[in-house]
Amino acid sequence: MSHSIKDDEVDIVIAALHSDLTSLLNEWRPVFSRFHIIIVMDPDLKEDLEIPEGFNVDVFTKSDIDRVVGSSSTIFSGYSCRYFGFLVSRKKYIVSIDDDCMPAKDNQGFIVDIVAQHIANLTTPATPFFFNTLYDPFRKGADFVRGYPFSLRTGVTCALSCGLWLNLADYDAPTQALKGGQRNSRYVDAVLTVPARAMMPVSGINIAFNRELVGPALFPAFRLAKEGKLRWETVEDIWSGMCAKVICDHLGLGVKSGLPYVWRTERGNAIDSLKKEWEGVKLMEEVVPFFESVRFNRASVKAEDCVVEMAKQVKEQLGQSDPVFTRAADAMVEWVRLWKAVGTSSAVPEG
Amino acid sequence: MAGSKVTPTPLLKDELDIVIPTIRNLDFLEMWRPFFEQYHLIIVQDGDPSKVIKVPEGFDYELYNRNDINRILGPKASCISFKDSACRCFGYMVSKKKYVYTIDDDCFVAKDPSGKEINALQQHIKNLLSPSTPFFYNTLYDPYREGADFVRGYPFSLREGVPTAVSHGLWLNIPDYDAPTQLVKPRERNTRYVDAVLTIPKGTLFPMCGMNLAFDRELIGPAMYFGLMGDGQPIGRYDDMWAGWCTKVICDHLGLGVKTGLPYIWHSKASNPFVNLKKEYKGIFWQEELIPFFQSATLPKECTTVQKCYVELSKQVREKLGKVDDYFNKLADAMVTWIEAWDELNPSGGKSAAELVNGPKK
Repeated sequence: MSHSIKDDEVDIVIAALHSDLTSLLNEWRPVFSRFHIIIVMDPDLKEDLEIPEGFNVDVFTKSDIDRVVGSSSTIFSGYSCRYFGFLVSRKKYIVSIDDDCMPAKDNQGFIVDIVAQHIANLTTPATPFFFNTLYDPFRKGADFVRGYPFSLRTGVTCALSCGLWLNLADYDAPTQALKGGQRNSRYVDAVLTVPARAMMPVSGINIAFNRELVGPALFPAFRLAKEGKLRWETVEDIWSGMCAKVICDHLGLGVKSGLPYVWRTERGNAIDSLKKEWEGVKLMEEVVPFFESVRFNRASVKAEDCVVEMAKQVKEQLGQSDPVFTRAADAMVEWVRLWKAVGTSSAVPEG
Repeated sequence: MAGSKVTPTPLLKDELDIVIPTIRNLDFLEMWRPFFEQYHLIIVQDGDPSKVIKVPEGFDYELYNRNDINRILGPKASCISFKDSACRCFGYMVSKKKYVYTIDDDCFVAKDPSGKEINALQQHIKNLLSPSTPFFYNTLYDPYREGADFVRGYPFSLREGVPTAVSHGLWLNIPDYDAPTQLVKPRERNTRYVDAVLTIPKGTLFPMCGMNLAFDRELIGPAMYFGLMGDGQPIGRYDDMWAGWCTKVICDHLGLGVKTGLPYIWHSKASNPFVNLKKEYKGIFWQEELIPFFQSATLPKECTTVQKCYVELSKQVREKLGKVDDYFNKLADAMVTWIEAWDELNPSGGKSAAELVNGPKK
């Protein structure tokens, strides 16, 4: 189960919500300098980008976005600007982190190479149909346990790798406000496949995926009215991730969660965010029954087909309850159109 | 959101029994003494009933050998395995406590990465006393653990969780591998301490190992039948697996949770892989039929108690697995016998699980 992939199969995509990325990139230099980096500037950012020398990097600004997508209705502002990076990437794998994430250290004190770990996750099989109690059986020193059916040991392709965060965990505003002092110091040395049909909150803060297989299924569609520049003022990644998960389940692809960790730095005041209308939190309540009941046509064998099917069901089943869902559905359809026009058509997962 | 108070874990010394199957000796209890001494032990002695198993001084226990099992259950004793640790489930049946912890006699106290000895029982109690979250996966694992919580995007309406019925612990040193894996990797040792407890999502099956296992007997006890194994049976080393699949299907149906992860114990003895292969051989093939069976098993909503669920499952076992091998017809019979025996030994007000459990209907 070797996962020696070429460096030129990977793109690092970072959405710049801050203009000065000097310390960010310098901290990541030992891990990122081998790879091509795509930095997409938040179109709302007024200042010039500052990045250090010595990286193979392409920067995309508002004017690049406008030029490439033309008159598309897709909104690429704030955290959503990263999706532009996914759109223009031509690599097989994408690793994407928020611009407030630094390298973490593991329990032995070594810097976590998130690219190596994400790629290991993506290039070893996932096991969504039966839970292995020793977690990822493809990790060194582990295996399938007694009682794990042999026919399920080949696993499926892993399409999405969801990493975690030390220090500032990805909590919503109410939790962050209530537990202002809590920091995540628990390094859990595990990767595991999130079982098929289980729903999960996919955080965009530290994520990697097989762009060829699921690129179209990660999209900027669910925009809160008062969405802001702090993660706990958004749910766009959560929405996109829940869609991506059911799509992966349908396509027989796997989603892993766990390692690698990043160190997420302090920023913002959650209590201030509470004052904004946290409609996202309320809206999440409605979507659970919907995601449990989403069904796809057997003919939908590619991610983009699934997205279009989902959008229709979102509109029909959730549209009446809040216009944000109708807008999301439209945005999903528009995303697929854009992906086909600008991106590359995705691959059909191997049987 | 999850509570953040750090209250000491209750001992539950009058509410928990430790069930230990043994055929050799109980020397391992010496190491566990500081952690187990305050609890009542139920020893189920397998094999030759004339052998005297010495229990270390100072432990409060009851011991049952095969003669006792036959005397207490009469003809129903046929459902209890002989010459297999599956006999341990007799201990569950005779226990009068709310919680059961079961451990193998080759399992010792492990150390965490800081070198501190792990109080496995305390962790199991923590797991059982805090809710599970089977309806939505939390990426930061058990949100009720100190230092953790529900992540952004986790629906608030699901944050109360459901009662935890099972706490499945893990093993350092000798991992619980099947015979083929043992043969291929005889030297592999589990040295990775994963500092997590997590709920196994609803609708997902798992291999439940009986070496380091705790459960709420009131919530799920009757489902913990460890099947027909050992002497006179065509299969072995699938006792806990069988109980785990039945238990998970029933927990999913009743809205109860199953956790896995911490605590770790130190598993010292690797059983002979050639002996294991003979025992497991049929299971390896039958598994391929059993898994789809359990994955697609549904229980009617009239099944509101564990017993009703279990008897219904036994019917489905007979219908659908009887044709795989006649063993499953016998097993289906034994499942019914087990429930009859359970109800005889545990005549209660028989609260329906729906009354015991106040979880969200799914």
